[in-house]
Amino acid sequence: MSTAVIAPPARTDGPPTRRPRRSAELALIVLALAVGLMAYAQVGFSNGGILPQHFVPFAVGSTVAALLAHGMVRWLAPYSDQVLLPVALAINGIGLAMIHRLDVAADVKAALKGQPLPRPTAPTQLVWTVLGLLLLTAVLLLVRDPRVLQRFTYTAMIIGLALLVLPLVPGLGVTINGARIWVRLGGLSFQPAEIAKLALIVFFAGYLVVKRDALAVARTQFLGVDVPRGRDLGPILVAWLVSVAVLVFEKDLGTSLLFFGLFVALLYVATGRRGWVVIGTFLFLVGSTLGYYAFAHVRVRVDVWLHPFADAANTGYQITQSLYGLADGGVLGTGIGQGTPDLVPYAKSDFIISAVGEELGLTGLMALLLLYAILVERGLRTALAARDVFGRLLACGLAFVMGLQVFIVVGGVTNLIPLTGLTTPFLSAGGSSMVANWMVIGLLLRVSDNARRPTPTPVPITDTAMTIVVPR
Amino acid sequence: MIGSLAGTIRRLSVFLALLFLALLVNINLVQVARSSNLASQPGNNRNVIKEYGRERGPILVGGTPVAVSVAGKGRLKFQRTYPDGGLYVSATGFYSLIYGRTGIERIENPVLSGTDPRFSLQQINDLIAGRTSKGGSVLLTINAKAQRAAANAMKGHVGAVVAIQPSTGAILALVQSPTFDPNPLASNDSGVESAAWAKLIGDPAKPLLNRPLAEVYPPGSTFKLVTLTAALSSGQYTTTTLIPAPARIRLPGSTATLPNDNNRRCGNGQVTLQVALEVSCNTAFANVGIALGGDALLAQAEKFGFNSSFEVPMTAATSRFPADLVKAQAAQSAIGQYDVRATALQMAMVAAAIANGGVVNTPYLVQSVLGPDLAPLEPPAVPRPFGAAMTPAIAQEITQMMVGVVDNGTGTNAQIPGVKVAGKTGTAETAPGRPADAWFVSFGPADNADVAIAVVVEGAPDSGPIWGGRLAAPVAKAVMLAILGR
Repeated sequence: MSTAVIAPPARTDGPPTRRPRRSAELALIVLALAVGLMAYAQVGFSNGGILPQHFVPFAVGSTVAALLAHGMVRWLAPYSDQVLLPVALAINGIGLAMIHRLDVAADVKAALKGQPLPRPTAPTQLVWTVLGLLLLTAVLLLVRDPRVLQRFTYTAMIIGLALLVLPLVPGLGVTINGARIWVRLGGLSFQPAEIAKLALIVFFAGYLVVKRDALAVARTQFLGVDVPRGRDLGPILVAWLVSVAVLVFEKDLGTSLLFFGLFVALLYVATGRRGWVVIGTFLFLVGSTLGYYAFAHVRVRVDVWLHPFADAANTGYQITQSLYGLADGGVLGTGIGQGTPDLVPYAKSDFIISAVGEELGLTGLMALLLLYAILVERGLRTALAARDVFGRLLACGLAFVMGLQVFIVVGGVTNLIPLTGLTTPFLSAGGSSMVANWMVIGLLLRVSDNARRPTPTPVPITDTAMTIVVPR
Repeated sequence: MIGSLAGTIRRLSVFLALLFLALLVNINLVQVARSSNLASQPGNNRNVIKEYGRERGPILVGGTPVAVSVAGKGRLKFQRTYPDGGLYVSATGFYSLIYGRTGIERIENPVLSGTDPRFSLQQINDLIAGRTSKGGSVLLTINAKAQRAAANAMKGHVGAVVAIQPSTGAILALVQSPTFDPNPLASNDSGVESAAWAKLIGDPAKPLLNRPLAEVYPPGSTFKLVTLTAALSSGQYTTTTLIPAPARIRLPGSTATLPNDNNRRCGNGQVTLQVALEVSCNTAFANVGIALGGDALLAQAEKFGFNSSFEVPMTAATSRFPADLVKAQAAQSAIGQYDVRATALQMAMVAAAIANGGVVNTPYLVQSVLGPDLAPLEPPAVPRPFGAAMTPAIAQEITQMMVGVVDNGTGTNAQIPGVKVAGKTGTAETAPGRPADAWFVSFGPADNADVAIAVVVEGAPDSGPIWGGRLAAPVAKAVMLAILGR
């Protein structure tokens, strides 16, 4: 009865008929490199009036990496969206400059105290960036058609859930700042939740392609809204329980909220039933209320959110310092290297947004948020352009998770919502987040390339007998 | 049949757009609407850190910095140093990360730290030119030679010296003794800082006390100048009016008596005002006080600045003359006892007013305020008359009488060969069983004074009239010699 195949949406520009030269992407990458490298150079200029040490190798390295990535995309996904890669590179470049700036602050602090200079974070972050771009290439290379992923729907579920609970494994998981979301293996530590994000999006998309009819059709009335029947509530309850488990056992508010929000959003997109949103919101409120009364760490977060200055020296320290930094930045910011963003704890990771807000000001921070908005918008546009339901749900999930994560973290450090410990995509110091987000871009490019390719290659889909792919 | 998802994806886009809108609105609120409120939160130490990261402007005496910031080696980028140690502490105050700041360091902080709004244009220029913004400078009215002379002369004494330029009110010397070295309090090492502080607050000699400005003393016989001014201004007295001056008088309406310090009558028991001042005769001035009454004394004292607050720019303690005095209290107040209290600054103002033809100038310590480029931020200080305490003719008469005090009265220790010096001694009882305070106020050259000086030395052995001349007059003489360039 149903078909997962959708006629391509009418587009004014129309699908390109010949292999595009991607000159728009190249031009935008040059612009993105200029933004990042000029910001990086500015750190040196404001701190001694000279170019930062190792600027030339850094600049050459970043340029080569960005151009190689462009080359790979040109080769592997020639028809894909030309804005995604440059925008992500621009954010990444600003992040590298900001982290370098905070490295300098740490050096100055250590030098004044006569201590040895701490290990800088920016070079590591550059390595992670390169690794991220390599993984983007790997995604494009291995996933030649997004529908291939649909075969791995349940594998993805297992991988996703396993990654999610990995930090709970004794001897492997480590608790940092109260949240048990890190895994340490050898000398490396990473946040498996960032990778789990990708696997679960694949799972949700694949699962909903199959189940969306059942989840959409059968319904009953509740509070004047059409809601699904009780027996169809299973999946959303499982998703909710997993989110609550993340909250309870890993004390990770942000990841918990991110996954549940993602599932509800995709459920709504797949079924078109507002009832799921009502139920999701209801479950979210139940979970939040339970969390507030049952767990001290949730209560502290909420109390600090409502009254940040009540205990500004202790529980409110991070958020008040963040707000002071943002306020200090004002409209135009102090200028890179001119402020004191290192006063905010975790300025390189969780609070990098307040460092940007302080030194680049409201202007810079708004521009940065608009870059994210463009990224999300291109992702959603990719979803609309996709030719099959799986591709649509996949791209939609990837774009939504990016947008929601930015909202949760930026809303947190600006005290719009309670503070949670999520990374800012492409900006925060941290490897797992960096590589995961580059893989998100890789998948979006793949979906986009597939959608805009003049003659899509048919791929047999094994898991869904109902789905028929009709080549145009 | 379910739709193509385009509708729900679009609605999800609207939801995401709303989330981003909320973020954008919120950062506008935080970074613009609430920014000044956040900047003034008590826990926000960004301003302090910025201040310590900027080169603080110097405090200057003449052309020489007496407080200057140098590149620091420890936790602070710049370190405040005071090249002359404790010499200028009564004026400069100290600048401490932990214990705050005092004196000019506190009052003129916006200029010195560069946060004064008058600097903003310059700072924008600095920003464009890539220069680090610096603070402005504060030039004091202090005369280095007078300051040093006063501090040296006060060595071994506890007390205060204030020297004023009579024609302007500019403070030429401001000395406390004991003093303290403000350098350790500005140290880059918090251990040094707190150790120095602990030592200072535990010191029984109270070196942190700004004695010339913040401490009030019974002015004793130096207050007779005020009583004398009231008497001559009343029209009922001339310099030659004879006043009863027995060894002691009974205070009206009480059984108590008020004696002369040596328990002897002055002269033959009746002296002219001139002689009463020269020998500092208590009973004669008590009689004048009784005759004039408390209200007349109060009015005269207030014309000199008693019961008024002065900001030099540090707020000096208010010198007090009580109201609603009965005759017995007026008698005691007329010789600067009872509840009369004066700062050294106030008594210097009394002397300065007499030297300046009766006009009291508001005292000030800041000559000019300069930007980082040493261009004046505001016109240099000009005299601000507080009011006329007496007519020029009476000022002239009192000057002559005060010259007599130095020439052949209690103030001979202040004599300078070839210079007519006007002065008045005082020895004030503080509290029963406590040592007295020795005072000397003077100005010179008497006919056109360059300087008026008040010296108070705590801990005179007894209230005998000799101590003002013996302990305090030599200090005043040293300061005057320094000012007159001898």
